[in-house]
Amino acid sequence: MTEPFLIGESMTGGYGRGADILYDCTIAVHPGEIAVIVGPNGAGKSTAMKAVFGMLNIHKGSVRLDGEDITHLSPQHRVAKGMAFVPQTSNIFTSLTVEENLEMGAFLRRDDIHVTMEQIFDLFPILRDKRKQAAGELSGGQRQQVAVGRALMTQPKVLMLDEPTAGVSPIVMDELFDRIIEVARTGISILMVEQNARQALEIADRGYVLVQGANRFTNTGAALLADPDVRKSFLGG
Amino acid sequence: MIDLLNALVVLSNYVLIPALAYGSQLALGALGVTLIYGILRFSNFAHGDTMAFGAMVTILVTWLFQGWGISLGPLPTALLAIPFGIAATAALLLTTDQLVYRFYRQQKAAPVILVIVSMGVMFVMNGLVRFIIGPNDQRFSDGERFIISAREFKKITGLSEGLAFKTTQGITIVTAVIVVIALFWFLNRTRTGKSMRAFSDNEDLALLSGINPDRVVMVTWLIVAGLAATGGALYGLDKSFKPFIYLQLLLPIFAAAVVGGLGNPLGAIAGGFVIAFSEVLITYPLKKVLGYLLPDRFEPDTLVQLLSTDYKFAVSFTILIIVLLFRPTGLFKGKSV
Amino acid sequence: MTINYKNIGLFFLVACLILGTGFVQSWNTALFILNMGLVSAIMALGVNLQWGFAGLFNVGIMGFVALGGLAAVLISMPPTTEAWAAGGLQVLLGLILGAATVTGAILVQTRTAAGRTRNLTTIAILIGGFFIFRAVFDGGVAAVEAIDAAGTGYLGGLNFGGANYKDWGFMTLISWPVGGLLAAGVAWLIGKTALGLRSDYLAIATLGISEIIIAVMKNEDWLSRGVKNVIGLPRPVPYEIELQESAGFIERTSSLGLDPVTSSSIVVKLGYAGLFSIVLVIVLILAQLALASPWGRMMRAIRDNEDAAEAMGKNVTARHLQIFILGSAICGVAGAMMTTLDSQLTPASYQPLRFTFLVWVMVIVGGSGNNFGSVLGGFLIFFLWVQVEPMGAILIQILTSGMAEDNGLRLHLLESVAHMRLLTMGLILILVLRFAPKGLIPEK
Repeated sequence: MTEPFLIGESMTGGYGRGADILYDCTIAVHPGEIAVIVGPNGAGKSTAMKAVFGMLNIHKGSVRLDGEDITHLSPQHRVAKGMAFVPQTSNIFTSLTVEENLEMGAFLRRDDIHVTMEQIFDLFPILRDKRKQAAGELSGGQRQQVAVGRALMTQPKVLMLDEPTAGVSPIVMDELFDRIIEVARTGISILMVEQNARQALEIADRGYVLVQGANRFTNTGAALLADPDVRKSFLGG
Repeated sequence: MIDLLNALVVLSNYVLIPALAYGSQLALGALGVTLIYGILRFSNFAHGDTMAFGAMVTILVTWLFQGWGISLGPLPTALLAIPFGIAATAALLLTTDQLVYRFYRQQKAAPVILVIVSMGVMFVMNGLVRFIIGPNDQRFSDGERFIISAREFKKITGLSEGLAFKTTQGITIVTAVIVVIALFWFLNRTRTGKSMRAFSDNEDLALLSGINPDRVVMVTWLIVAGLAATGGALYGLDKSFKPFIYLQLLLPIFAAAVVGGLGNPLGAIAGGFVIAFSEVLITYPLKKVLGYLLPDRFEPDTLVQLLSTDYKFAVSFTILIIVLLFRPTGLFKGKSV
Repeated sequence: MTINYKNIGLFFLVACLILGTGFVQSWNTALFILNMGLVSAIMALGVNLQWGFAGLFNVGIMGFVALGGLAAVLISMPPTTEAWAAGGLQVLLGLILGAATVTGAILVQTRTAAGRTRNLTTIAILIGGFFIFRAVFDGGVAAVEAIDAAGTGYLGGLNFGGANYKDWGFMTLISWPVGGLLAAGVAWLIGKTALGLRSDYLAIATLGISEIIIAVMKNEDWLSRGVKNVIGLPRPVPYEIELQESAGFIERTSSLGLDPVTSSSIVVKLGYAGLFSIVLVIVLILAQLALASPWGRMMRAIRDNEDAAEAMGKNVTARHLQIFILGSAICGVAGAMMTTLDSQLTPASYQPLRFTFLVWVMVIVGGSGNNFGSVLGGFLIFFLWVQVEPMGAILIQILTSGMAEDNGLRLHLLESVAHMRLLTMGLILILVLRFAPKGLIPEK
């Protein structure tokens, strides 16, 4: 098997000097693929993703991006390396306009950002209409679009999403998943933590089921959906 | 009709114009407080004394220029000296940040610790100003005293009431307008300005977007230096310069910033004028105005001064309390954390 | 209990500093530092109660201290009978009307249904009440202030000793707890409004109220003569002149080979020191007991994690109100003691840097959360406050000794030496916060 584009391999660690939360956990995503982390509450899903992004102290294991060891880089440096992260909450600048949110996403870029911005407006047309409106005034689903748009403005190679559909309606969720598939088709790898396991696995090329900070099941999304053990324990039958 | 005009002139002369000038000075001060609160996330008790420092350097340079015979004709020489005041204040603030505040930022200390630290800085700055220029009143205005004096006004209009418009008041208002426009242009139109607003809005996300916190903090101090030195110098020019006056300004400035909504620049300006107009209006004897407006038999026999001038603190304070009780985030939405 | 040699050493050091002042400068200065150190220590204990125990940020200490001073006047001075006859009751009536107006407005706000009617009624009550209040009050004030404006012109106090009111020195002692009560009352008002809001807001609210208290004391001449000051307050200790005239005293001093004039003032100051020490010890013991009590533990639990304490069913705001009132009352007692020591009330002398922020330096340097730290900080910082000036003068004399006598810079520096104390206090505060944030005697 080829080396994945981004891999957090055998990660063990926790926040600060606190107790370990992850145990020998491996998360990987290939170019243009969607990888999804699912699992019960408190399984360390978000923690695993934050570990990949460098927001955690890992004392065992490593994180590699495109073959390069980035285990000791700060999150900010990882952004410069082409990783983008959309936190679960507070993921937009509420007092800034939609357009300014996108501009801030491209803060590190020195080239013309208007092409990328147009691409994002094509992806999320509603944002084009509301570009001059303060992002805090938008609905929950629209805010998530701004959040994803902001992250995409860096022209990342990997997009990491922490529960992007938390708190939005089922229709908006489907819509958002469609957009995420579209983003993946442009060649951007996607790593996503999801609460709605079934829907997420349906669009996933690869799924990770975590339990208590360790890998329990790892397979393609379709295979996990078909696996009776996974269905019984995590998908409600 | 003439009575109405006379009433209007009296009101403008004693309330509108002074309050506009005072409000501009408060707004400049409150903008500094609110920016520091938004970016560095603490209430800076040293701000009054920062203004005093800026004003002091401006005064010293003004004296130097006056000594050299440089002048701006009808305008006060101090206008030429303000850039030097700003530069010196910027140097002082950046040094303070490096030596004092930066440590607590790295420690992620609680905001209240930073407030106490700023009390220490306040002592030092206050001592520094008194040490250099002394505790006394200093006058440094020159040039024409009036844009229009009461006598000229009466001659031109033929009204029985005069309207005096002091040069310093005019300069204060014009400068404040220019500074505020420049600030808002900077915050809303430039990349650095937007990154400051983003940082103030959501620090973590700003870091994720690659915004450099050290640079944001540095730019903030530079802007605060500009606002504080300009505001301090204008206040000194318009009223008079006395180091301890600036410590007392801290209360109306804080009140303006809180009333407007801490962290919200637009609110700071609105708050400055709300406080200034209330203070001046409530402590001004309205007898003369009412005398012109009311029919003779209703003419008040007292001064109709709602509160003595010495209680102007009480006015800022009461407005502050009312706003805090009924609208804790301020008139414009500020941060509530 | 283990003996902490470091802490004992620190207190010993401060004692040496004060004794040193006595030997090098004069015993009068040393005793002045001792007495003001005692008063400062009590203030610091009050602030430590609020900040160290409960994490409340009070920047209005000056106001509570001044209220204590006001109490000293209101209790220990004789009433101005003519002023009472002229307009005393009218002033009181005016105040009652004013209070009734505010109470009425609050009642309307809290008891009736929200809506436009409520707001309009409130505004009508406030505006109508204000004019009635002013009409009644202003007349009374004018009448009171007209009575012998140069000598009294105010209502006076509650000392019914008549012409010999100065013999009723014990009245000043009564004024100390009254000062505490007065400060407690105002603290209750502030606490009711500002506690429960964020810490910055409490700071700004207290800063504001202290300025207003000073403004009232400067302007309400009928109350305490405003900036005309009240002088010659009775004393709880004998007067120097009485001692100097007492045959027994002269005999005793001369037998010890001392100058009766100097020793009389030293004896008087020692008398104050004795009284103040008693108060300090009482406050310190109570504070220590409170710290160790379940109440004190709860306070610290609230300070360390407000949300957790709230979740456990503790009424955080009510506890905060309690401790805010207690701490402020202690500052009020200290304020009354200070005015007694000065024998006069001078409202213009209340400066925030001296009476609010300096006390903060004492608490932080001493060690917030530790009562003994506050006492140590009170003495040490007041010592420095007094001594920085002469020490600075000596320093500058030495530094500029190479310059000519009439060198402009040298003269300016010597002239400005008085302002070095602010600079030094700020530096001490910044350095302690940076390198020893727990203070000299850290919280256990």
